[in-house]
Amino acid sequence: MPLSHRNYGTARVLAPRGRLDHDSCEAFQADLAPHVEACEREGLALVLDLSGLEYVSSAGLRCLMIAAKQAATHHSRIVVASMQPVVSEIFQISRFSLVLEVFPTMREALVSVSPQAAAAFDRG
Amino acid sequence: MRVRFWGTRGSIPVGLTAADIRDKLAQALLAASGQRFASYGEAHAFAERELPFSLGHTYGGHSSCVELETGHEEYFVCDMGSGARAFGAHVLARQGGRPATINVFMSHVHWDHIMGFPFFGPAYVPRTRIRIYGCHDILEQAFRLQQAPPCFPVAFDQLGAAIEFVKLEPGQTREVSGLSVTPLLQRHSGDSFGFRFVSLGKSVVYSTDSEHKLEERAETERFVAFFRGADLVIFDAMYSLADAISVKADWGHSSNVIGVELCQMARARHLVLFHHEPANNDTAIEGLLRDARRLEQLTRGTQQLQISAAHDGLEIEL
Repeated sequence: MPLSHRNYGTARVLAPRGRLDHDSCEAFQADLAPHVEACEREGLALVLDLSGLEYVSSAGLRCLMIAAKQAATHHSRIVVASMQPVVSEIFQISRFSLVLEVFPTMREALVSVSPQAAAAFDRG
Repeated sequence: MRVRFWGTRGSIPVGLTAADIRDKLAQALLAASGQRFASYGEAHAFAERELPFSLGHTYGGHSSCVELETGHEEYFVCDMGSGARAFGAHVLARQGGRPATINVFMSHVHWDHIMGFPFFGPAYVPRTRIRIYGCHDILEQAFRLQQAPPCFPVAFDQLGAAIEFVKLEPGQTREVSGLSVTPLLQRHSGDSFGFRFVSLGKSVVYSTDSEHKLEERAETERFVAFFRGADLVIFDAMYSLADAISVKADWGHSSNVIGVELCQMARARHLVLFHHEPANNDTAIEGLLRDARRLEQLTRGTQQLQISAAHDGLEIEL
């Protein structure tokens, strides 16, 4: 799962696509790791734009939780936003909406990070 | 084959309180407002069909005990939790004085899985035969220990039945009076073992007190193979997924979500959520069932997986 990134002020946005399940989570975890480290190093929050994610399994949710825990131990932060309805329901069913910070839209996620991140997002 | 659930609660038996019953009654009366019932039968049918299960019934409180009825005159049962007391009364009533032979399959010997044995009536009846099967070396020791002073007034050696302990080996199939049984090692403190039973072409997997580490692909594949095509999978669904892999990681239990995923991968037919968390009331258990069914609907491939939540008294005919 190739992960391109874009920075908005104090936030880095990644947009995983497709399915995050037993087959893809290992590669996703490897692709995510350098971004988590870069965010810790540069003092950025990591925002996952999940609008392109079609499905997430328990193994995929675990990857997200581990990344969020790693970020938290380094005083960094991972939030998720813009989930498709199916993924949003899976978050509710698994109670992961209580584990990760979830926002309905990218803008709301970036507002929660900082005014600079939201302003940079608004500028496009 | 018929599967009969005598105890479905995890860790410790749970009883409804007076306040729980009062609350259910008050809500049921509200739901029945404006209805008229000419007989007990009509009122009974309303409670059965119109009220949510969590309101008109209860998932129950006895700890693990599940009977498999194969049509053979001998009895087969998984675990001797507190549900074994009622199971024992059932055996005695059905035998009508004739001696019974009971085959017990033990997932492990944690207290909630053995605590019913001192109250298992047939154990006190001479000429009854009880064979206790399991993979743990300390199986007999555990049964004797809980009846040793000062824990219980009747010592194990004073029991009237002829009791035999039979060691099973993980991965090795054994025939027990027409029932084929294969144990599988599971992740749990002190180890636990799941059992796959086959009788007359029907298969039942009993897999409780089993934690699944999602990062272990080989382990996942092992369980998928064990559950493969099963007619019924009785599954430890004690926690939500979030709890099972975060705050309650390494507590030795699993979740409704992992049960659905494993059964879908294995193309099993019917998943039964089992070993309910003692802190969960009937509404919470019904919520976990609803969530599991919705997840199955969202992720269904070509085969539908039926999902139920076990309750004390549930019978499933295969």
